[in-house]
Amino acid sequence: MKGITTICRKELADHFSSTRFILLFYLILMVSLVTAFIVGSGLRDELKDVAKPTFVFLMLFTSPGKLFSLIQFIAIFGPLLGIVLGFDAVNRERSARTLSKLVSQPIYRDSVINGKFLAGLITISIMLVSIVLIISGLGLLLIGVVPGPEEISRLFIYLVISIFYIAFWLGISILFSVGFRSVATSALAAIACWIFFSFFVAMGASVMADAISPVDQARASLNPELLIKHEQTRKIISLVSPMTLYSEATTIILDPLRKTTQSILLMGPMERLSISRFQSPLPLSESVYIVFPHLISLMAITLVCFATSYTVFMRQEVRST
Amino acid sequence: MNGLKVIETQDLTKVYGEEVAVDRLNININEGEVFGFLGPNGAGKTTTLLMLLGLSEPTSGKARVCGFDPTREPLQVKRLVGYLPENVGFYDDMNAVQNLLYISRLNGIPDDLAGIKIKELLKVVDLEVDPRKKVGEYSRGMRQRLGIAEVLIKDPQVVFLDEPTLGLDPDGSLQMLDLIRSLSQDKKITVFFSSHLLDQVQKISHRVGIMIKGQMVAVGRIEDLAKEKFGVGQEKYTLEEVYMKYFKEGLL
Repeated sequence: MKGITTICRKELADHFSSTRFILLFYLILMVSLVTAFIVGSGLRDELKDVAKPTFVFLMLFTSPGKLFSLIQFIAIFGPLLGIVLGFDAVNRERSARTLSKLVSQPIYRDSVINGKFLAGLITISIMLVSIVLIISGLGLLLIGVVPGPEEISRLFIYLVISIFYIAFWLGISILFSVGFRSVATSALAAIACWIFFSFFVAMGASVMADAISPVDQARASLNPELLIKHEQTRKIISLVSPMTLYSEATTIILDPLRKTTQSILLMGPMERLSISRFQSPLPLSESVYIVFPHLISLMAITLVCFATSYTVFMRQEVRST
Repeated sequence: MNGLKVIETQDLTKVYGEEVAVDRLNININEGEVFGFLGPNGAGKTTTLLMLLGLSEPTSGKARVCGFDPTREPLQVKRLVGYLPENVGFYDDMNAVQNLLYISRLNGIPDDLAGIKIKELLKVVDLEVDPRKKVGEYSRGMRQRLGIAEVLIKDPQVVFLDEPTLGLDPDGSLQMLDLIRSLSQDKKITVFFSSHLLDQVQKISHRVGIMIKGQMVAVGRIEDLAKEKFGVGQEKYTLEEVYMKYFKEGLL
């Protein structure tokens, strides 16, 4: 335990004083502030004609404003944060020849990797919590709506999911830093992974869905099942990307009016009527229930990533420095 | 030297794939002894050190360091053994005191005690510290001295030094040798060190071991080895001559 806390403390100090971290933090902070401001000032107009608006506070985070919403921003650029914190965790020590010295101290070998992961996790948490708090504060000033207990708990769940999401990328980048000797290689590999999962999987999903279950307009109008099948295939493929998992989970959590992650629904006339007549928000427990599989998968891939780097590191020979 | 065995190995063997890095090594090292570990590059010296530290698992055979089995009880061994790797690295963006403090924390030394110790040690290794100067700006000799201080901060019973005088200027390596000698004489620390500079080894070692291609071909006092190779009355041969003789035979 002693080893983990010592290493964690040192890594935290390193993170907070490193230039790249400070740069990235200011970037994210600036973007959050700007988004919050644009959304906050736009909200007043948006809500002008709504009789009884609900969950206005959450709209600070979900409303796209002019460009994108905060949660989209975190979904796309959050991974970079995880990568920056972890891509040189182990191989930097290896190339500076401090690793063999470190593991010859009376600490368990896993303390090294646990301490580093923990330090990254703490940094990520501090960052996200402060961003959410800043936006909340700014929102209070701009729109003057106080969040209720449900909104606060939704925000809290959102934070937990986001921390796990970025921790997944931290895990990936630590894995690369264990596997690759050179710092540049591991950074590039992690960024390649990020680009692949964030941008190409979404694109590839529709292409592959077209190939697997093609839809042509003439037949689709006769047989809507075809459309559904196409949509399902696309969705299954795109769920490979943690970004899809994350965005779906967070939109449901932060927007109580959304009831499903599906984008195409088969509805009878009565259902359609009831939806348009009784536009009521989902209770929190139901929202959580819908995204539960997403949450479990996110946590699972994070743990798998960490466990892999853990085992690889434990089995690595020290001397190959 | 009261004959207590600090390091004992029994047929210690390490195999990497097809290659036998260390072949059935048997050595006994006494308390307070300075043991010079010689051999060409790639002979398996570092591998042996790593196995004795519990950083690398032996393929077969047993080792005991300070009464502990390095494979099973690595933490106890690492608590008592200081290891200075070849070309030791530091956290270059921290100063010397911060580097030492980190190592002392990893050893579970409370910070207030560590502060006192660090001051003492910097005097022992003769390193003047400017707190504004990061370790990255240190010269080779200063880094090596800082490395020794890091090894000594845990009050070890045994120190493993891998090429401690490599790349030092003549004055620096003389100081290093004096330091090693005083560790053994004044603090009763067992020193197990590897080096290629045979005249230096001859100056400070009580006994030497010569390892060639993973096999320990000779262990003993330099005079005894000379006697064995060149006959009785030939103890005046230097370690260099003895070593070369062993080396040539070992390659055959």
